[in-house]
Amino acid sequence: MSPERIGVYVCHCGSNIAATVDVEEVALWASEELGDRGVVVARDYQFMCSSLGQELIEADIKEQGLTRVVVAACSPHLHERTFRTACKRAGLNPFLCELVSIREQVSWVHTDRAAATEKAMAVVSGGVERVTLHQPLEPLHVPIHPATLIVGGGIAGIQAALEIADSGYPVYLVEREPSIGGHMAQFDKTFPTLDCSACILTPKMVDVGGHPNVTLLTWSEVERVDGYVGSFTVTVRKKARYVDESVCTGCGICTEKCPVRVLDNTYEAGLGYRKAVYRPFAQAVPKYPVIDRENCTYFQRGKCKACQLFCPTHPKAIDFEQKDEILQFQVGNIILATGYDLFDCRRIPQYGYARLANVFTSLEFERLCNAAGPTGGKIVLRDGVTEPATVGIIHCVGSRDHNYNPYCSNICCMQSLKFGHLVKERTGAEVFNFYIDIRTAFKDYDEFYQRVLEDGVHFVRGRVAEVTDAARLPGEEGKLIIQVEDTLLGKQRRIPVDMVVLSAALQPRQDSTEVAYTFGIACSANGWFIEKHPKLDPVATMTEGIFIAGACQGPKDIPASVAQGAAAAARVLGRIHQKELALEPVRASIIAERCSGCRICNNLCPFNAISYDTARMITEINPALCQGCGTCVAACPSGAITGTQFSNEQVLAQLYGLLLLNVSSGPVQQPQPALVPA
Amino acid sequence: MSEPFEPVIIGFTCNWCSYRAADLAGTSRVKYPPNIRLIRLMCSGRLDPTFVLKALAGGADGVLITGCHPGECHYLEQNYKTLRRFTLLRRTLAQFGIEPERVRLVWASAAEGARLAVEIGKMVEEVRALGPLNWQGVIADDGDPPIAIYHPQSEWVQGVAA
Ligand code: FES
Repeated sequence: MSPERIGVYVCHCGSNIAATVDVEEVALWASEELGDRGVVVARDYQFMCSSLGQELIEADIKEQGLTRVVVAACSPHLHERTFRTACKRAGLNPFLCELVSIREQVSWVHTDRAAATEKAMAVVSGGVERVTLHQPLEPLHVPIHPATLIVGGGIAGIQAALEIADSGYPVYLVEREPSIGGHMAQFDKTFPTLDCSACILTPKMVDVGGHPNVTLLTWSEVERVDGYVGSFTVTVRKKARYVDESVCTGCGICTEKCPVRVLDNTYEAGLGYRKAVYRPFAQAVPKYPVIDRENCTYFQRGKCKACQLFCPTHPKAIDFEQKDEILQFQVGNIILATGYDLFDCRRIPQYGYARLANVFTSLEFERLCNAAGPTGGKIVLRDGVTEPATVGIIHCVGSRDHNYNPYCSNICCMQSLKFGHLVKERTGAEVFNFYIDIRTAFKDYDEFYQRVLEDGVHFVRGRVAEVTDAARLPGEEGKLIIQVEDTLLGKQRRIPVDMVVLSAALQPRQDSTEVAYTFGIACSANGWFIEKHPKLDPVATMTEGIFIAGACQGPKDIPASVAQGAAAAARVLGRIHQKELALEPVRASIIAERCSGCRICNNLCPFNAISYDTARMITEINPALCQGCGTCVAACPSGAITGTQFSNEQVLAQLYGLLLLNVSSGPVQQPQPALVPA
Repeated sequence: MSEPFEPVIIGFTCNWCSYRAADLAGTSRVKYPPNIRLIRLMCSGRLDPTFVLKALAGGADGVLITGCHPGECHYLEQNYKTLRRFTLLRRTLAQFGIEPERVRLVWASAAEGARLAVEIGKMVEEVRALGPLNWQGVIADDGDPPIAIYHPQSEWVQGVAA
């Protein structure tokens, strides 16, 4: 005889359930047959989820002293909360209520009334057995530290930082390059409005740089993250700049005096030069330069020190003795906005990048167009003087191609259209766009496409087979020939051009899997960070307290990155305002006396919730990090790990209940308190 | 047997994909045989192989294990662990003298209600063809462990008990 007093409520759901399942019969059966399993009342009702239905349960809890409730109705994903709340109102712990589905999983999918009714009984009996073993649970409350870490100082990170800092909360913005700004700082114009990228970005950079609530850590990388939502401890390596930020005025004399010229592969995309002591660009934030150790004459050969010699400050801002600093601080939430890498076009040798001089990548072309770039904004060939008379722009380089990346990089169409427009405007050259499909889906984008069509840019539909300098026909000498099948004409074409621009794919950062590991989140098969829900929760991740924004989640243009940055900030601000977060109490925990310290479970947790206590020689689970999947529970050979709400006993009890009505086989044995060592 | 044999199959689903697939099968009114009874776990990784053995011992004729597709587990990668356990479990079942076909693994995303229904239908048919899980024939009267060898290519070669 069960010590519990269980109430069973079977819902008609109008005719949704009642049409296929004999609801009265199920309720009757439960009260008669499951009496010795603890059922004291069993009712059926038209709509259990209506307020009257809920009041029915509440009244029974109060009057009949129910200690457990089973509702047989729709899917728990729909109304579990409803019935739990009803129980709570009547003073019963919400976790002592179990909702079993006889609609989605019985009445809607079966046609045979007798079989469906029998299955509904089995399902109810499973619920009764299970709920008997439920424990009253309380949600876990964790306090939220008001500070936020933002990783990545591109436009998404900047936007998020500003939103949070403007609301009055502290932000740590960590950027691994010497300046914030990200890819957007390298661009010339932004589509479709043709705003100057720097003009809209730099004010925001300055705002972040000077914001009293923002601690800007550039030339820094996050090394470790410990803890959990609400209180992460972050360890950041601030790489030595060899420049004392407290003294430096950013005057730039050191850069001027430095005798070493270095090819700038990062900011100038290999088209321009910088010095060994440098600021990536004039509007860099912060304004302090960095000494590039590999190329600095002093670091390599032990003499020079020209920068230090000419540094006008007292004491000298240049400090060759500076060491990397390790900083540690607490934050409550983390936003990752680490952006993307550009596809390496050398991987498609037939397009000739890095072999044929006048094949450029999209980023190189951005630098060519940029008034602050190496050519002062003149679109010229690699020789630095000749203007091209014809330009070919190839779309989808490394995107939508199963040899490289299967996905669409989202921005390349608009970017290529923009390039076409800029070439026309600045040089009057003939422009050919080689595309597979034109995708201009957002606000004002298609209008821009129309405008570029009117500019007289040519469009050839087809994937380019080859870019070659081997002339075969008259007029091809000295040119780059684009070999393409024009799928609209149904013909092979050879189009000679002076310059080729490859609209390269956006790719996940090459270290994205390591970063994901550091923060305990997941990457998709392509390497982009995975959001909690692709539609309904695009900036949260499966790890509580870690949010993602911008292109690290998938290829994205500037408006979308800004929107995500702001969205992530809003989510974080909501958390900070609540001051604490209630977590579902579905968690694993270890019974210390039973743990033998075998460590089998130690590697199973992707959220780093499991750690080994070397002193006590047992394993521990951090409840705030645990997400409750139960994999470790299933793995523990000594039954030392239990999962709340999904313990072995609970699952086996439900199994027993489900098999109670078993037509084909013999009598069922009582479930043993299985798996639990005596 | 006069009446056709109706197998009872226990289905383990994960909260995030396959249980939702089952929900979707319901909301889209896809039909499948009523022989399956589902248990919801948070993740297929929660599936202790003993659950399967207990289900078979307790009267189920087959067990269907379902979870998110590889790479789509809500808890990142736990279904890979399920896959590993499943492989081992099948081998163990064969050693116990149980047709491994009675236990199967199906990945179903939350969008694959119809597919899950088809898989359930298939499984019910195949387990029906296998017949009831016949412990009597496998376990010797004196309770000794069965001496049964399973040949994947041929049928059962049963030991003394048969
Ligand atoms: S959550 Fe579905 S398999 Fe892990």
